[in-house]
Amino acid sequence: MAEPGKTLGQKLSAALADSLLAAIIAFALFSLVLGLRTIDNVTGLTLEPRAVLLASVVGIVFFCRLFLNLFVWHADYPLTTPFAKLFTLAPFERRDIATLAVTAALGVIGLAASFATSNPLYGLIGAVLLTVVGLGCLRRAIFRTFPDLPYAQIFIAGGIAFALFFPIVTYAIESTFHLGMPLRYWFDLSILVLTYVMLGWGLNIVVGLAGLLDLGYVAFYAVGAYTFALLATHFGLGFWVCLPIAGVAAALWGIILGFPVLRLRGDYLAIVTLAFGEIIRIVLLNWTEVTNGPNGIAGIPKPTFFGLPFSPFADGTTFSSFFEIKYDGLHAIIFLYYVILTLALLTNLITLRLRRLPVGRAWEAMREDEIACRSLGINTTLTKLSAFAIGAMFGGLAGCFFATRQGFVSPESFTFIESAIILAIVVLGGMGSQLGVAIAAVVMVGGFEALRHTDGLQAIFGDGFDPALYRMLLFGVAMVGIMVWRPRGLVPTRAPTIALKDGRAISADLVGQGRA
Amino acid sequence: MAYFLQQLINGVTLGSIYGLIAIGYTMVYGIIGMINFAHGDIFMVGAFIALIAFLALTALGITAIPLALLLVLIIAMVLTGVWGWTVERIAYRPLRDSFRLAPLITAIGMSIVLQNFIQVAQGARVKPLQPIVTGGYELFQNGSFTVIVSNIQILIVATTVVLMTVFWLVINCTALGRAQRSCEQDRLMAALSGVNVDRTISLTFVLGAALAAVAGLLYLLYYGVIDFFIGFVVGIKAFTAAVFGGIGSIPGAMLGGLVIGLIETFWSAYFTIEYKDVAAFSMLAIVLIFFPTGLLGRPEVEKV
Repeated sequence: MAEPGKTLGQKLSAALADSLLAAIIAFALFSLVLGLRTIDNVTGLTLEPRAVLLASVVGIVFFCRLFLNLFVWHADYPLTTPFAKLFTLAPFERRDIATLAVTAALGVIGLAASFATSNPLYGLIGAVLLTVVGLGCLRRAIFRTFPDLPYAQIFIAGGIAFALFFPIVTYAIESTFHLGMPLRYWFDLSILVLTYVMLGWGLNIVVGLAGLLDLGYVAFYAVGAYTFALLATHFGLGFWVCLPIAGVAAALWGIILGFPVLRLRGDYLAIVTLAFGEIIRIVLLNWTEVTNGPNGIAGIPKPTFFGLPFSPFADGTTFSSFFEIKYDGLHAIIFLYYVILTLALLTNLITLRLRRLPVGRAWEAMREDEIACRSLGINTTLTKLSAFAIGAMFGGLAGCFFATRQGFVSPESFTFIESAIILAIVVLGGMGSQLGVAIAAVVMVGGFEALRHTDGLQAIFGDGFDPALYRMLLFGVAMVGIMVWRPRGLVPTRAPTIALKDGRAISADLVGQGRA
Repeated sequence: MAYFLQQLINGVTLGSIYGLIAIGYTMVYGIIGMINFAHGDIFMVGAFIALIAFLALTALGITAIPLALLLVLIIAMVLTGVWGWTVERIAYRPLRDSFRLAPLITAIGMSIVLQNFIQVAQGARVKPLQPIVTGGYELFQNGSFTVIVSNIQILIVATTVVLMTVFWLVINCTALGRAQRSCEQDRLMAALSGVNVDRTISLTFVLGAALAAVAGLLYLLYYGVIDFFIGFVVGIKAFTAAVFGGIGSIPGAMLGGLVIGLIETFWSAYFTIEYKDVAAFSMLAIVLIFFPTGLLGRPEVEKV
């Protein structure tokens, strides 16, 4: 720890010693698991040394740590200060402007180098640097010019408007000008993101509002999906009939699973919900007569538009023949998009309304203090069960949608990692914040799903680079990173549900969460 | 009867491995009150380190099995301990005073990171190892069924018993153990009395990881095959064991490990192997309904 009084030499040696220690630890960590690779042979396993890789990883750790030690952690004026200032209204000093200018210049140089050498890696770095500086300055300029605008409301309204018009507008542009936009991929990705937004909002009721830590939420998603799949394949029922049935079935399961855990608290509750999630998955996997086991159930019908199917064949009235337009496979996908958007917004609306009802207030009261809640005469049994049931219902609805979108369900889709991702979305977004959950879903699911299809990365890291392989690794790193960076989630303020006079946003630190 | 005895032996062996891992969960929970979700993956990393260390020693010409195993044990314990320390330092220490769910999310994130790191670094295929500890004793024969205790089973149970004893002594008779117990009771008061809380917590993670590494080595020797995903299933079972025995209680972790191991083995032996996890998890739910803090857990006294 270099104090301001220390000389440059002392600082340098302290930084070097610290970085060397970090390098030694990195060597200990990676020497065996990264430095040696096990290779399958006819005779058994053999080892293949990867000294260069190991040395470069240790070297990267050493130099990054040295850089951070010298310029960020123990520096008199940390290099990160100007960038942090972009997010505040604090006045700039001359060295802040200098740092940002140098960063922007580096970004331009990166872009130029990328064009000169046709190596996209420089271009990527340059673009990232320029984007950070550019957007940061823009944001700061807007905030300084109009300090009193209701930014959150504008952002929400903009987001909803974008979600509402995005497919129609892009589809109209594409069908008029034929730009070759990958619309199908965009719509699929948006549908996926919206599904997770809906799941996040559903779990938010259980975790964020009622404060019950549920690690097996995916069980209700599975119940919804299988309810629809079985009803559709055995009895030929359609999506719109099955949607409420799936919701009710999942809610029932929520109550059934809720009963045994009423007495449990904290981590005992967490492990039992996790166990229930696994039990349901294992039963789906092994109860072959009903669920068709690991092979799953295929041939699940798509939803109809008020009874009009999306089909190219003209047996009866179809969507395209009724409206007398040319058949396009995208119509069905756009319709699916609007279905999930409606479901997600419905979840949000119901949650917001429930928070104003006595039951919603009881949830939040129970989250803050269960004993005080009981002594005030609130029936915590009913409160907990209602939270489980309503949370599960939305999970079931999302599951029903998932089944119709995929046309196929199998136990593969309902592993613990799904529960973990949904919970991560809720917590990373800032529990209890509806907007935060939506942002987190876009960042986590959208960001990393997009990474899977980024062919440009091959050009940067060589042909052997498979982004899909590193996708989950990056996902985990992002989970840890965001949490350490912003422990209270991406939206760290809450609007109180009820207030005496003017409802002012409060810091999330004041909200008790995930205790019961 | 003979069949029952054989299953009992198998169950105790499996339970010993679960118990070793469960101690890591229960200790961390006792001292900082969080579920260390990455612990199962630390176990997996430990198994991989043991495998690679064993192959490396063989390549270096150390072929005497006892010596090689001892060296592998030491290497695995030390290096996995470093992993445990690093995970705590990066993902948990910055969130020490944050709200409860924050470290749980980083723990799940770390678990994903470790799994996928090993998958990227070592490949997704299963890694087989030829049997190293072979042979065994025939206890008795009943008709056509022979009850066998293999040497590896003896090794596993013996190692577990020895480590448990050592560990119990560490907790009860050393300065580190005292520091640990004091942090468990009241971290602020412990700090005021001169206990280095950060170091104690780090050492707890190192100890837990070292025990998980031993479990990893034993698992590798017993089953002879590992992959990057073993940490999840075994970790969940071990955590179930820790909760079963009463989380925070070290004898409880051992007891819970044995019970889960026995339930699983007997269920597979007498009923269907597919539903053995369902049996273990259902048993957990049933026990928790009647003992909401586990078998040996202290009842939580809540002050208002």
